[in-house]
Amino acid sequence: MTTRIVELRRGILKKNDELAAGLRARFHAAGVLVLNLVSSPGTGKTTFLERTLRELRGHGARVAALVGDLETDNDARRLAASGAPVRQINTHGICHLDAEMIGKHLDGWDALGGITDLALLDYLFIENVGNLVCPSSYDLGERIRVALLSVTEGEDKPLKYPTLFNSADAAVITKIDLAEPCGFDRDAALKNINEIRPGIRVFETSAKTGVGMAEWFGYLEEARKNLG
Amino acid sequence: MHELSIAASIVDAVTETTAAYPGSRVREVRLRVGALASVIEDSLQFCWGVTTEDTPLAGAKLVVNMLPVVIHCENCSADEQIGVQSFRCPRCGEPAGDLRQGRELEIESIEIDDEPEPAISLLQQEDER
Repeated sequence: MTTRIVELRRGILKKNDELAAGLRARFHAAGVLVLNLVSSPGTGKTTFLERTLRELRGHGARVAALVGDLETDNDARRLAASGAPVRQINTHGICHLDAEMIGKHLDGWDALGGITDLALLDYLFIENVGNLVCPSSYDLGERIRVALLSVTEGEDKPLKYPTLFNSADAAVITKIDLAEPCGFDRDAALKNINEIRPGIRVFETSAKTGVGMAEWFGYLEEARKNLG
Repeated sequence: MHELSIAASIVDAVTETTAAYPGSRVREVRLRVGALASVIEDSLQFCWGVTTEDTPLAGAKLVVNMLPVVIHCENCSADEQIGVQSFRCPRCGEPAGDLRQGRELEIESIEIDDEPEPAISLLQQEDER
């Protein structure tokens, strides 16, 4: 009997990374801007996204969304109120979306609003499962990863969950209309975000009052122009 | 929370590799895990035990080599080790966007006991004698 060491040097999530690379190429070829929205449960991702979809549609943009939850299609129904085609992904206990789930849910959209081809879309939003830990490890082929944080959560969230905030391309502070009653320390929140991801764009928004949404739409439009 | 999925992915990768070494037994699986990989070692060890139980990998040791975050600072033209609470160069304070280490989540190597002569062939030899 001999003992030997076999070198692998292999990514544990290699399969996901490969699938995500395939999706990224597919999204790029279709000219669709794909965003992955990540936050803890209760931050207001769905409300924020519903307003985003509705207003973008109002401006003539072609938008769609995939939404991940462990169970129920409640969020898909809420988002569908925007008029955009929406698909629910139920993970049945899995705490994050992965590239395989996204791939499986891209086909056969014709029953849901006439989307049969990604090339017919300007924007595709992916609302991840509410979780600040695991989604950060799973590339979904998105162009932009957005970390959301609400004023009710505490300003130190970025310090507690550095992996997600460090891997984000943009940050959105939600429920800014509640900042005052919650005693939200804006300077501390911005400082913490900037410590973990220096120079990141931060949008301070309220999906209820519409504050900050114009800046967010400006960013989206710019990012779409830069798709190349 | 996703350590169970990660343990399952490790089992798949190791099983795929050991298929080339029939009759071998895995003694050790060595990982490289960055501080930003969102992996808790205790949780991963627990999930590894559960996932490998009653499989050919049962009893194989999981060795997790945790790696700190290393950034490259343009200003200082140097690689610097940092914590996960501030992504700035510890020398000059410049924002550090160029991450050189910290996101790793990979299997470095496995240690196997290779048995070129399975026990069954020894019995056959005795029979022939």
